[in-house]
Amino acid sequence: MRRLAIFGGIYSNHLALAAALADATCRADAVYCLGDLGAFGPSPDRVFPLLHDSDVATIQGNYDNSLALGLADCQCGYTDPRDNFFARLSYDYTFRRTSPANKVWLGALPASLHLEIEGLRVALFHGSPRKMNEFLWESTCSDAFLEYLLDFARADVLCVTHTGIKWHRALPSGRHVVNVGVLGRPENDGQTNVWYALLTLANRSLSVEFVPVAYDHHALAAEMRAERLPAEFIETILTGWWTTCLEILPHKERARGRF
Amino acid sequence: MIPWWMWGPEGSGQPLEILAAEKKRMNHPRVQLLHLDNLWFQVTGTFCNLACTHCFNGSGPNVSTFGFLAPADVERELGQAVRLGVREIFFTGGEPFLHPALLEMLEASLRVAPTTVLTNATILPEPTAARLAEIERASRYSLEIRVSLDSPEEAANDAVRGLGVFTRVLASIERLCRHGLLPLVSVVRDWPLGGEPEILARFTRLLSERAGYHRPRLKFLPVLPLGRELVRIGADHDEPFVTEEMLRGLEPDLLMCSNSRAVTDRGVWVCPLLVEMPDARLGDRLANAAPTYALGHRVCFTCYEYGTFCSNVSTAIEGAAPHAQRAPRPEP
Ligand code: SF4
Ligand SMILES: [Fe+2]
Repeated sequence: MRRLAIFGGIYSNHLALAAALADATCRADAVYCLGDLGAFGPSPDRVFPLLHDSDVATIQGNYDNSLALGLADCQCGYTDPRDNFFARLSYDYTFRRTSPANKVWLGALPASLHLEIEGLRVALFHGSPRKMNEFLWESTCSDAFLEYLLDFARADVLCVTHTGIKWHRALPSGRHVVNVGVLGRPENDGQTNVWYALLTLANRSLSVEFVPVAYDHHALAAEMRAERLPAEFIETILTGWWTTCLEILPHKERARGRF
Repeated sequence: MIPWWMWGPEGSGQPLEILAAEKKRMNHPRVQLLHLDNLWFQVTGTFCNLACTHCFNGSGPNVSTFGFLAPADVERELGQAVRLGVREIFFTGGEPFLHPALLEMLEASLRVAPTTVLTNATILPEPTAARLAEIERASRYSLEIRVSLDSPEEAANDAVRGLGVFTRVLASIERLCRHGLLPLVSVVRDWPLGGEPEILARFTRLLSERAGYHRPRLKFLPVLPLGRELVRIGADHDEPFVTEEMLRGLEPDLLMCSNSRAVTDRGVWVCPLLVEMPDARLGDRLANAAPTYALGHRVCFTCYEYGTFCSNVSTAIEGAAPHAQRAPRPEP
């Protein structure tokens, strides 16, 4: 039997990352990060030493790719002017505040990892196997499409992040897709905690548990205020409701939120 | 390596320069269906209770270019699409709610995939709104209801869409919202560059005050040089054709023809925009539809410019084309 702790979307939330690592390192045999280290939160350089110290195997997200290549935007895939306004603010801030050495490190991250564990092929990607910034929402992925993605990735278990909301689907073929959620901000449910995924693999079978991570969100809000990050971001950290980047949400996910 | 947009039809083993030379329209680059992400059903053909001045497929009350789809045909193509790994289903027209079996078809579609219906929202009475909400709740997938509205001003909207339409649409949106549905209000852009924030604010005020929709989901669409709009803009219209040069380095999923197909009562078409163009008909049914298409129409340039505006996410209308935004960051 093997246990993997997998998370993504740190968004500079070093306090949530530290809390998640404290928990995950005692419960799992290995820890993986699916990318998007920066965005949204304060002082982006703080997450890097935490990942290094805990030996977290990390893949590259769209944000990491943008920072490393010095692109003009975060490639988050937002298209609405309301979403883009805030995406731009946090990208410009994160770009300015990420050290050159860390940008180089981000640039060297692999785009995917392929593991073979307990007879299962596990593939880790940021957005989807075919595109780093494709959104895999629970309510916009048919079973048929997920089966196709698993074929595409040559995997029995596919793990992704990028959307910010976790889900797990066991497919008719017996294969699995897991969106591990994000550590960076709560998932638009009015709760202030964030989530990571704990995968238990034994003898060709998989079970998935989502683990809530409570952290000192008031301290994070204070840091964000000190860095003069937008009040809308701080509100999300304190209330658990998304206030920005909402236009990309499909109907079901949007209808669950407050805004 | 041959770039994605020059691959030959599956199994041909030939680069497209050679295949294209056999075709008359040899200058137009060919796009291959990479995967069927989106399947469109033109479920009521070109039958619509309105006749908007910018309708890209010229639908209207007596327009029989395309007819209604039989539910059995929808079911068959849905099954084939699922076998192909389809991601999302779209119902369009004409006006889909003119089809007597629309709700059953939406239900069947939502059993297998996320589903969107595009409507003018003039025939959405209370029982229909209630039923849509039920159907949505029963599915694990999203049902998107895309409602067209063209101006936050009654007179301007009705000049395009018909007298009295504005009031009826707002009433329908109010009904949908009251049942917990959040329609995606889609607006065809007719304002000058730079006007987007103001238009957004005006729509938001309107929908909040008149339909109780306080944080409305809005989607902007470019005007398409097709159908009635093409007649209306006439000589002003001078879009170039898409060239191979333009496609070089483009994200392969930017154009609908690389990931979508449209089903009508007269066969399968490369995309929902070109259903009136004889060369865009790819076969009788999905199972035998040709896998590639040469971009031989000026509207293809609109796709190239604006990206995947047919999908549900709002489209970045302001500024450059999406692919132009990938430019390196300017030095501070
Ligand atoms: S109109 Fe757009 S989607 Fe249709 S064939 Fe032309 S480029 Fe492709
Ligand atoms: Fe991402």
